[in-house]
Amino acid sequence: MDWLALSDAEWTAIRLSLKVSAVAMLASLPLALLAAMALARGRFWGRSLLNGIVHLPLILPPVVTGFLLLILFGRRGPVGAFLETYTGLVFSFRWTGAALACAVMGFPLMVRSIRLSIEAVDRRLEQAAATLGASPAWVFATITLPLILPGIIAGMILSFAKAMGEFGATITFVSNIPGETQTLSAAIYTFTQVPGGDSGALRLTLVSVVLSMAALLLSEWLATAAARRVSGT
Amino acid sequence: MTLDVSVRHRLDAFSLDIAFSTDGGITALFGRSGSGKTSLIRILAGLIRPDEGYVRLDGETILDTTSRTVTPPHRRRFGTVFQEGRLFPHLSVRQNLLYGRWFSKAPVGTGDIERIVDLLGIAPLLARPTANLSGGEKQRVAIGRALLARPRLLLMDEPLAALDDARKAEILPYLKRLRDETDIPILYVSHSVTEVTQLADRVLMIENGRLTASGTASEMLSLPGSSAAISRREAGTVIEARVAPHQPDPRIVKVAAGGLTFWLVGTERLPGQRLRLRTAARDIMLATKRPEGLSALNIIEGVITGMEPSGRDQVDVALDCAGTRLTARITSVSADMLGLAPGMPVHAVIKTVALDP
Repeated sequence: MDWLALSDAEWTAIRLSLKVSAVAMLASLPLALLAAMALARGRFWGRSLLNGIVHLPLILPPVVTGFLLLILFGRRGPVGAFLETYTGLVFSFRWTGAALACAVMGFPLMVRSIRLSIEAVDRRLEQAAATLGASPAWVFATITLPLILPGIIAGMILSFAKAMGEFGATITFVSNIPGETQTLSAAIYTFTQVPGGDSGALRLTLVSVVLSMAALLLSEWLATAAARRVSGT
Repeated sequence: MTLDVSVRHRLDAFSLDIAFSTDGGITALFGRSGSGKTSLIRILAGLIRPDEGYVRLDGETILDTTSRTVTPPHRRRFGTVFQEGRLFPHLSVRQNLLYGRWFSKAPVGTGDIERIVDLLGIAPLLARPTANLSGGEKQRVAIGRALLARPRLLLMDEPLAALDDARKAEILPYLKRLRDETDIPILYVSHSVTEVTQLADRVLMIENGRLTASGTASEMLSLPGSSAAISRREAGTVIEARVAPHQPDPRIVKVAAGGLTFWLVGTERLPGQRLRLRTAARDIMLATKRPEGLSALNIIEGVITGMEPSGRDQVDVALDCAGTRLTARITSVSADMLGLAPGMPVHAVIKTVALDP
């Protein structure tokens, strides 16, 4: 069973992937919630445009998304240069860039899941809460948010799973630097490119399957628990 | 407490144009479904903004479109009970009840909670999730939830309409207690003659988005001249009565109304208790001589004051019975056969079980 033992480099790739995915998921959550609220409830000019932009990463080839990120968020790119000057945040060829690419790729999935759950909320309950003295912010916190929790959880898991599997946009944007931007998928790809890398690729593939399965089971379990709470039984 | 309302609002093909003012007690907004009652309640609760108009409570402007004053719903403290209860599914019964307390400036004491829980008989429900409450239980919890938010005014939008008769009968006594034991003014929307008869101090008749008449429950719900919103089957007379101090038979209840005595069944019998009797015109028989050997216990002497054709081959005969007005609906054939005419003394016969307390 020796061949199952993971090398240090492989552990590094796994840890990096988990870190990148978790950061991508958590950082995109507030934005996704805002976008989902705007798309589900908002009646404003440019709503269709926003919808299109949110869904773009789902349809575009990942290489194109990665290249666009490179243009915008690279050190010479308009957004990248601005962020580096004023916040010191650098994306290009850093793990933060990998997280950004994963966040962008998972964003449509997260928004979609949250948006569907917002649209399913009975707005009459929110009105009832308002007549009981709850301000709009409190209505959101005490009624809307608990009711859409299953959708939020599902969206987070989807985004995490997408990030764990992300390859094209990440490798285009931040390349494949071991220890910095070489995530699980990139490491598997690298193994397949060198002679005798098959066993490494297989080990990481097994890890990938286990992680994906665990995420799936966790999401099922969380969603059932949340749905039970929401339905009041 | 004085509520002044004057609003105009267009909704597609329907327009609402209503002005009224009301104080204390239960004011019923009575009319057919689609007459605009619910829109009016939604405007008062702050859920719709009317095109034009104002709402004032005790001189405080809640809404005024000319000065662009709008108090948002959560600052109005107008408790609202909706037709469908609208309990929060993710909260328990207790959490639902206490929801409004989080936002109330003056916190509700535990004494108030106990009093309201007791008033509505919901103590056994407190720990239950909302999903397995019956319709009647949900509605009682919804009423309690609105009361515990310490409202200045309670708006009730057909709170019993979604319930079957048995559940309605279960809740009505609680609503009566609410009227008698709290001093919160209530606007009660309904199209049920029974509910309005039993609860309302004052009735506003609404048809097609307009206020057509207003007055006491007995004025508004009695023939002649009661609203078209009351179906022919239900048209009749409302009589204010009190339970008599001496009850000769425990199986029936003796009540006094004006100079008349009525017998009825199935009501509480606290001497001196006020109640409203309702009798449908089609449940009253007329006799020219005092009938004998009859099961009906209520035989009342009166004088015909008017006869009004009503529907096909039927006559509404108005009677003056020692100052109390009654209307009997009989066929024109019977009227001819008995030779009924204004000024004639007759006996009105009402079955005991046909008198709704």
